[in-house]
Amino acid sequence: MNALVNGLRGRALRMGRRILSRPRIDLPLAIALLLLAAIGLTVLYSASDLDAGTVIGQAARFLIGAVLLLVVSRIPPSLLRAWTPWFYALGVLLLVVVQVLGEGQGASRWLDIGVVRFQPSELMKLAMPMMVAWYLHPRPLPPRWRDILALAFLLAVPVLLIVKQPDLGTALLVAASGVFVLFLAGLQWWKIGAMVAGLAASAPVAWHFMHDYQRERVLTFLHPENDPLGSGWHILQSMIAVGSGGLLGKGFNQGTQSKLEFLPEHTTDFIFAVLGEEFGLVGVLVLLTVYAVIVGRCLWIAANARDTWSRLVAGAFGLAFFVYVIVNGGMITGLLPVVGVPLPLVSYGGTSAITLLIGFGVVMSIHAHRKWTP
Amino acid sequence: MNQHEELRDKGAQLARFGRRALAGFVIMLALLLVVAGRFVYLQVFEHAEYSTRAKANRVRLRHLPPPRGLIYDRDGRLLADNVPAFRLDVLPDKVEHMDRMLHRLSAIVPLTDDDIRRFKQSLKQHRSFEQVPLKFHLTESERDRFAIDQWQFPGVSVAPYLTRNYPYGAEFAHVIGYVGRIDEKELQRIDPDRYAGTTHIGKTGIEKQYENLLHGTPGYELVEVNANQRPLRVLQRVPAKPGKNLYLTIDERLQRAAIEAFDGQTGAAVVIDPRNGDVLAMVTVPSFDANLFVNGISQADYSALLENPEKPLLNRTMRGGYPPGSTVKPFIGLGGLELGLRKASDTVLSTGTYYIPGSSRGYRDDTRYGAGRVDLAQAITQSVNTYFYSLAYQMGIGRFDQWMSKFGFGSPTGIDLPDETGGVLPSPEWKRKTFNKPWYPGETVISGIGQGYWMVTPLQMAHALATLADGGVAHTPHLLAATSDGLKAPEVPYPQPPAVRIADDPADFAPVRQGMLGVVYDNKGTAFGLGKGFPYLIAGKTGTAERYSRTSDAYNTNKNLAYLATRHRAWFICYAPAEHPQIAIAVALEHGAWGGSAAAPIARKILDQWLADTPPSERPPLPVTADAQAAAAPAGRTP
Repeated sequence: MNALVNGLRGRALRMGRRILSRPRIDLPLAIALLLLAAIGLTVLYSASDLDAGTVIGQAARFLIGAVLLLVVSRIPPSLLRAWTPWFYALGVLLLVVVQVLGEGQGASRWLDIGVVRFQPSELMKLAMPMMVAWYLHPRPLPPRWRDILALAFLLAVPVLLIVKQPDLGTALLVAASGVFVLFLAGLQWWKIGAMVAGLAASAPVAWHFMHDYQRERVLTFLHPENDPLGSGWHILQSMIAVGSGGLLGKGFNQGTQSKLEFLPEHTTDFIFAVLGEEFGLVGVLVLLTVYAVIVGRCLWIAANARDTWSRLVAGAFGLAFFVYVIVNGGMITGLLPVVGVPLPLVSYGGTSAITLLIGFGVVMSIHAHRKWTP
Repeated sequence: MNQHEELRDKGAQLARFGRRALAGFVIMLALLLVVAGRFVYLQVFEHAEYSTRAKANRVRLRHLPPPRGLIYDRDGRLLADNVPAFRLDVLPDKVEHMDRMLHRLSAIVPLTDDDIRRFKQSLKQHRSFEQVPLKFHLTESERDRFAIDQWQFPGVSVAPYLTRNYPYGAEFAHVIGYVGRIDEKELQRIDPDRYAGTTHIGKTGIEKQYENLLHGTPGYELVEVNANQRPLRVLQRVPAKPGKNLYLTIDERLQRAAIEAFDGQTGAAVVIDPRNGDVLAMVTVPSFDANLFVNGISQADYSALLENPEKPLLNRTMRGGYPPGSTVKPFIGLGGLELGLRKASDTVLSTGTYYIPGSSRGYRDDTRYGAGRVDLAQAITQSVNTYFYSLAYQMGIGRFDQWMSKFGFGSPTGIDLPDETGGVLPSPEWKRKTFNKPWYPGETVISGIGQGYWMVTPLQMAHALATLADGGVAHTPHLLAATSDGLKAPEVPYPQPPAVRIADDPADFAPVRQGMLGVVYDNKGTAFGLGKGFPYLIAGKTGTAERYSRTSDAYNTNKNLAYLATRHRAWFICYAPAEHPQIAIAVALEHGAWGGSAAAPIARKILDQWLADTPPSERPPLPVTADAQAAAAPAGRTP
């Protein structure tokens, strides 16, 4: 008995020491993230009508996220990998809880834990690539058909739960983050094609299980012009904001579109338009460059990682991060339909920012432990 | 696989990953370039165009709230409609000193503390350029006085709107419920797009249950405004789509007749069509005027309702729980037959007191020296306790509860109204959970006459009776019959849950019905004489439940009705025509002396109204004998 307790204590101590002894973060990535946070808070300050409370609230979330990033970055990837199934299971469980506790009408995405409102579907954006990579890690690559079948199941459960919320945009992004892992794992191009076709074919099945109001939302997603109160109007106002910004923008806090409340959701989904209006094309290109640097760095870290899981997770996370930027940018400039996808680390919102920073914590851990053979 | 091969494999894997990562990055960069290109297009090439549009951005979107669906009774009488009214709106942007303005305004248009509190609350929920309603339902003189002084109040305006109106006031307050101002909690729940511009939402009753159908889809207007945001002209208009009109199963004439039959006595009645579960009337006395709540009830009115000892806000039909008393005897008797414990002809000797075998505690009959030997029909007719004491004891509480729960006792009926309660069907598990005490056999015995912890809502009772009347087929009671998209649109029947058969042998129902006919037509029946002059046969059962246990001898000696009324709750349940039931009625009186004398006449008045309302073509043919009583009389006779 004593031996067991001592053994456990010894293990815990060793693990704690290991976590604390390797305080390494990737400097280029950290600098790029800090720059992004600074840009985000500046734009948010303007978009919130110079409301200090909003900015402080967001900064506090960044701080929480940064602390979690530092903690996660010190956990060896082998441990993170071992915890992955639990993390995934927790995510699915929370999605089920949201389904059960959510209000009957409208969308149920939020989980109220006392003071904090929490969106489990955001968690899935990180848990999904980790889980797919965990599954593929011990298996021969490129993945075989039976592995793909098993993964399709792992993918479908949370994705369908998120579709049911209904939040089609997030569901697609979560699915994409899992598919990126398969892509990076070297899945043959023709198999990727077959999977996309299969997914398209299963859409009518999902349609069959949806409620009328959920179908309505899907239709609105596909045909925003049928919802002139919402999407169509929003897109037009967003395009006016961006276009009137011009090359150099109207200047900080000078954007008429957001100040006069023509621009909807200007602290969350449409914050990119505020940046476009006030800082112009120059501001937009600076922001996009920062994003490209972050993603490039993620892929570089992935390429230098030692084990399959690390490689796949860091790579897929980077690609998924890039997709968020592209989808949000496409949405506010009228290239894509309105989907509730925030601009990563710039839009106001807690769960998304904190989850992303934890994700970067995982990437940094992979980087810091790259010489560390599993 | 040797180590060399493994390494080579690893190398191949790494190379493949590198290729894929690069491919992914290149694809993403390409997409990013497309987005960046779009920014260049908008911000450089189209800049002039959008710049002009931003400067000229004087088009505002104005939401048009949808008119709420109307509610009709089964014959098309309008029970809830929308009438034009006026309210005061405030544009916070234009008001410099809100408190000072409100103070000056209240000299012209009286503003209560309630009005101001609500207004300040909704100020927080609106943006400063949005109109915030201050006072609803202005009177004509308020409107005139404000019109004269309007120039003194920039930002305050009179706006027309549609307000909900309940022409029948208190008659349907507990069925239709009412709408009220959207509160903070509801604001969290509703879809802001669907409720843009809407100020009211269903709070109780049908208004709450079918909020989704009644609400409709908002429309919008694109309005051109000047630099001061004043509307100049409407550029485009998409009208709102009104909510669906609802057609209820309720019969207004029957509802009114039932209320009048109560003559102010506190109680409830539910009338159901046993053939399909249509709720024809649902009455709670006393009630309240639903219109009081629509535009915010005053504190004084609200306190008066809350402090009324007869609790007019309580929906007794589905939230009031009463011990069912002897009304449950027909259901228990049927159970004895269905479970094969007794045959209809089996008799029990009633001596005035029943003892559990091997115990000395006695359980009383209503008549001092008992009713003698009685079979099932006679036991129901004369409400002989001993028969049901022994039957309940024979069944045991487990089988007893299982059987009674088939009729819906102990759980909500599932009617389409919010907040229905399920009463109590006591069981050992229930008692353990509620009081943490064991179950005693005596409690099984008194369950047999509907006493003890047993609690039933009038709705449950009517539903159980309708199930009995329809030969053991349970239809979920419901109020919504059909919906339509407007007056000219066709009525679409609203789907109902499927009916469930709960009893096996149709032959078992005959002796029970015979006993219930005896209640009304046998001279020993507890509601003898009730069927006089009614052309169809009525099958009924009385019930008188004690509100307190007998602690003194006063009960046995004091037969004064007013005294008994303070101690009893009176029930009467009946259905008619007995051979082809079309109506099932449950009446509960909170202060009734006896079921037969106090509650039964109310049921008779409802039956008379039903007869007057139903054209002969929709009723079954009259019984062959002119005098229905003569036809029924031999049924329950004993030599």
